[in-house]
Amino acid sequence: MDYTATELMICCASRELEDGKTAAIGTGLPCAAAMLAQRLHAPNLVILFEAGGVAPLLPTMPVSVGDSTTIHRAVMATSMADVMQFCQRGLVDYTFLSGAQIDPYGNLNSTYIGGSHLKPQVRLPGSGGANDLASFCWRTLIIIKHDRRKFVPKLDFLTTPGYLTGPGAREAAGLPPQTGPYRVITDLAVLDFHPVSKRMRLCSVHPGVTLEQVQAATGFPLEIHEQLQTTAPPTPHELELLRQQVDPQRYLLNRN
Amino acid sequence: MAEMPLFSTPSTFAAREAFAHKPRGLVDKVMSVTEAVRRFIHNGDYLATGGFGTNRIPTAVCHEILRQGIQNLSFAGHTATHDFQILCAGNLMGRGQTLRRVDAAYIVGLEARGLSPHARRVMESGTVEVVEWSNYTLALRYTAAAMGVPFLPTHSLLGTDTYTHSAARAVTCPFTGEKLAAVPALYPDVAVIHVHEADRFGNCRLRGPSVADWDLARAARRLIITCERLIPDDAIRQHPHLTVIPFFCVDAVCEVPFGSYPGNMPDEYFSDEDHLKLWLEVERDPHAFRQFLEDHIYGVRDFTEYLERCGGLRRLQTLRRREFQLPHSDLAS
Repeated sequence: MDYTATELMICCASRELEDGKTAAIGTGLPCAAAMLAQRLHAPNLVILFEAGGVAPLLPTMPVSVGDSTTIHRAVMATSMADVMQFCQRGLVDYTFLSGAQIDPYGNLNSTYIGGSHLKPQVRLPGSGGANDLASFCWRTLIIIKHDRRKFVPKLDFLTTPGYLTGPGAREAAGLPPQTGPYRVITDLAVLDFHPVSKRMRLCSVHPGVTLEQVQAATGFPLEIHEQLQTTAPPTPHELELLRQQVDPQRYLLNRN
Repeated sequence: MAEMPLFSTPSTFAAREAFAHKPRGLVDKVMSVTEAVRRFIHNGDYLATGGFGTNRIPTAVCHEILRQGIQNLSFAGHTATHDFQILCAGNLMGRGQTLRRVDAAYIVGLEARGLSPHARRVMESGTVEVVEWSNYTLALRYTAAAMGVPFLPTHSLLGTDTYTHSAARAVTCPFTGEKLAAVPALYPDVAVIHVHEADRFGNCRLRGPSVADWDLARAARRLIITCERLIPDDAIRQHPHLTVIPFFCVDAVCEVPFGSYPGNMPDEYFSDEDHLKLWLEVERDPHAFRQFLEDHIYGVRDFTEYLERCGGLRRLQTLRRREFQLPHSDLAS
């Protein structure tokens, strides 16, 4: 069955979300992944939105993490501080983020590219809730397109914490113990972080993609998992739900 | 590490001085948006807007700030998306400088819709001072202010450039020895919040995510409320548990139906994605953008006229239907 890189990314991301867990989710691809997970293996996935939506049953893709769909058939519409404090107290298992740049330790930049802070070449939104969510949630999932301009050895600005400068750095900075980036899902591969070095590690390459292609699209040397795998392609059922229920207007699916 | 500036004092005692002089009377505060902005928003003020960028935002007041040419504002960029985009139109467009300083948690972007070309021009020009925060830490700054304390601690920001480019400070917990970031209270000179219902004294109800507005309403030295509809004060007294903001926090009440347009208003109407897309497109060309602002903001008398330019009641009814997930009817055409 034919599928696109975006469809595979969303399917990979949704497989990471377990039933009965809590997840703070952003718009776009993370939202599509959560909606797909809810319709497949994780009907009891509790989705949280940073503006205040708690446990909605998403009817359609939100355009904003604070729009009315984020409280559709939800159990509560609350405040941002309340949602963030669920996370800070350790009640939230996953957050799902993206960024303009990522480094070997899973740190993210969404503030600016080039120039200086006062006079940047490209000003981006800034942290939004990303810094908070990646500081507080147990596991950070990252979904990002794979190319050398995004996978860089050094960020122009470290907006959101991954493993910072390496082993022990999060704890030394004062971030909650046993938190940090967990998976990076791209259009070429799925990666995790080496348990000792905390550097990004290639776990599986997507069907038809070679290890060399992944390394060439990464601006730093990757660790390679001892049991490197090939990503399972989307199942017909995953694709059907994705196309017919999650994104029937193809807002995301046509974005390739 | 360069110390980043605080654009307002976190001093509780300074804020108490302002709150001491705030009128307590149960008086009718209903007025036009024009009058509210003239009386309560001044050049050089620190301004904060409620809602969440394109959700429950006080659009009419943002427009009126441009029309009255208010200058040199400091602004809390707390998921500021379309509201920020409007205020940015007062910079680099030959009408002085509306924004001078920004506390940025989320600016320039409109979430899944993309980045605002003009907001980017403004923030890439080097003419606006910017200090970085995150959505939670900026919300927590309102919480500290609402509590009447000068700071609150959090486990966020630590170890990042967002921290070194914020005005937060590291503190050690006196009980556990944990390292935390202390964020300073933020008492805006003036806040503007759009709600569903208010009575003439300023008692307010809202539905949907409250975002940071419970705290923001209490943190602000002056507070302008715009509301979808005025309700009798007797209704407030019959259901006091529905009140989110009490009247003595409020300085002005303006009835602005569809006041969050082109944003979403929970339980009322969905966002006008076509109009938001138009903004993003027209901003690419500064000449076209100038004409667009003339047609939609400077050249209209008030927000009602803006709504008429955008398709009026017919368009708004379509957005009401979209909010309730009803099938589209020929009303849309």
